[in-house]
Amino acid sequence: MPKLHIDVVNKRKLWYAISGVLIVIGLASLVFRGLNLGIDFTGGNIMQLQFEQTVTAEDLRTLVSSYVEATPSIQESDDNIFLIRTEDMAEEKSGQLLSQISSELSPFEVLRNERIGPVIGAELIANAWWALLLALALMLLYITIRFRFNFAVSAIVPLMHDALMVVGIFSILQIEVDSTFVAAILTVLGYSINSTIVIFDRVRENRELHPKQGFTDLINESINQTLGRSINTSVAVLLLVVCLFLFGGDTTKAFSLALVIGVIAGAYSSVFIAGSILTDLTKLRGVDKNELRAAKKGKKNDDKILV
Amino acid sequence: MKKGAIWLCLFCAVLAVAVVASWGYLKNNLNLGLDLCGGAEVVLQAVPEEGQTVTQDDMEALKEIMRKRVDNIGVSEPLIQLEGADRIIVQLAGVDNPDEAINILGRTAKLEFRGPRGDVILTGSDLADAKGVRNPSATNPREENVISLQFTDEGSKKFADATARYLNQVISIYIDGEEVMSPTVNQIINSGQAQISGGYTLEQAVAEAAILKGGALPVDVEVMSKRTVGPSLGADSLQKSMYAGLMGMALLLAFIILYYRLPGVVAAVSLVVYTLILTWLISWLHITLTLPGIAGFVLSIGMAVDANIVIYERLREEIANDKSLPAAVTASFKRALWTILDSNLTTLIAAAVLFQFGTGSIQGFAVTLAVGIVVSMFSALVITHYLLKWCAEVPAFAKHKGLFARVKGGVGRA
Repeated sequence: MPKLHIDVVNKRKLWYAISGVLIVIGLASLVFRGLNLGIDFTGGNIMQLQFEQTVTAEDLRTLVSSYVEATPSIQESDDNIFLIRTEDMAEEKSGQLLSQISSELSPFEVLRNERIGPVIGAELIANAWWALLLALALMLLYITIRFRFNFAVSAIVPLMHDALMVVGIFSILQIEVDSTFVAAILTVLGYSINSTIVIFDRVRENRELHPKQGFTDLINESINQTLGRSINTSVAVLLLVVCLFLFGGDTTKAFSLALVIGVIAGAYSSVFIAGSILTDLTKLRGVDKNELRAAKKGKKNDDKILV
Repeated sequence: MKKGAIWLCLFCAVLAVAVVASWGYLKNNLNLGLDLCGGAEVVLQAVPEEGQTVTQDDMEALKEIMRKRVDNIGVSEPLIQLEGADRIIVQLAGVDNPDEAINILGRTAKLEFRGPRGDVILTGSDLADAKGVRNPSATNPREENVISLQFTDEGSKKFADATARYLNQVISIYIDGEEVMSPTVNQIINSGQAQISGGYTLEQAVAEAAILKGGALPVDVEVMSKRTVGPSLGADSLQKSMYAGLMGMALLLAFIILYYRLPGVVAAVSLVVYTLILTWLISWLHITLTLPGIAGFVLSIGMAVDANIVIYERLREEIANDKSLPAAVTASFKRALWTILDSNLTTLIAAAVLFQFGTGSIQGFAVTLAVGIVVSMFSALVITHYLLKWCAEVPAFAKHKGLFARVKGGVGRA
């Protein structure tokens, strides 16, 4: 295989542009269409029934509508299985509905019957935000301790990029999201930061090995040295999540799709965005000048003023 | 120098035996979540009456009563836990009729005997025993099946006093504030026994008695959310995700072996070890395996592969630098150690936060992921390390660096 070499850092405007356009499209969709929130967030009932006799969606809709104010959503999947979504119904009411369906339309087997109160939904959203913020803050702290603040910020910003990609695409496709979506996003962040750290770890190591190297080269080299790992790990994980998505059954479809999108976004952002931001951030803080000056004078570099 | 070969053979033999021996046990001893084996999960919220506050004691009592009721339904190993100050989560895996179970759990079961002026004579706490029985001396259909009550000593005394005081008057029996019957007292009852006839079927009488015997809830509860999954849907999800996981893993192993050659085979072996250890841990630690949990499992396999890949990429570099094979193996592990630690610990932070904030199936996912990350570090840094070291000691392998990585000069395969 010919050695692949990408000039990541010097083309960083291109990577920023690609990500920027995608994120803007996603954000626009979020603002104008929003996310298709499932009952985990909004509160409501979901019943999945498998009928013994043939039932039409219309009959079912008419009957269910008499119990609720908002229009219920009725979906037929195969084998006479129907998915009924309604606004929040108290226990007694949904019990009555089920017995009326059974007596008037057809007996059935209950495959799934869920109810989420509206309070729980609101808490879930609040918890999701706290989880996200806390995870980011703790990772920022850890990377600052193990590396440096510049590295920490440069590793965290791509994570927001990844989260926005997944959320944006889910908004564009209007796929229903449930509480496992939050778990999927956090997993994606965990995966993406894992990749970024491997690259930054190489930057840290190369800095010690070649103290006189300019940091643009340093970062470029480090990214390319770890490129094999970045590609192979992404291929490996993608093989797994794509299999989960294709064959994992309906209940995990949305979850694994979020992982597929996230793994791709994470692989991209680790290689193309994180190092670019680290370069810009370092330039912005003027560390490069110190480094160049030190290099010119031929002094042994003081570790503290590097990158 | 033959030592490596012996260790390798021994290791593979032990592993093969372990996999075969574990298969049967683990298949039946995994704690499956309700989304995989069917069942019910309900979140109950305590609703205090006006002026009443819900105390910790109330919640503990509530939990105890829930446990009794679940026992009466006949569910083994229910999961009952308090959440926050005033919520209780009950999970019943594998229950046949989840909706009915939820109804039984949510009932207050407040039993009251009231005098003609509404004064409370007896409550559920005076009850020693309750049974649902057929009444042989029934004169009308409403009395065919009854709940037979036996009061405590103190309850018997109160009942005797009340029947004396209200002789030839009406005493009403209320369950959950609803009047069930209002018999007229025609004799003083000292035996401490009473019967409630409310037009029950025998099953209803038995169920009702079980609820009354379990005791009334110290505070009303309301169903905040519930989730029931029929057994067939659960089995379907389990089968599909297992299938998808196995298939993904097979593809992944094929990829890593084709790409990394001998070390790829080593990685494959160490991934089998990894999967085995993680499955045992899930069983031992009683981690409930949920659908997202399986996804977390599968993803952590990806993370485990990553640790191997980090090491192997290093190994290729070291070999390219013309180091001897054992030296290259040692150097690559030394250098990869901190990379793996730093990258995995950062991911572990995300898993820990998920665990703290998540509920139910998300928590299961976070635990699986977190344990998976720790085990993956072990499998890469210890198992893979030793296997590779032994391989490098086998002369037949060591002669051909091409087995380990493409060598300069293009000698691909040895």
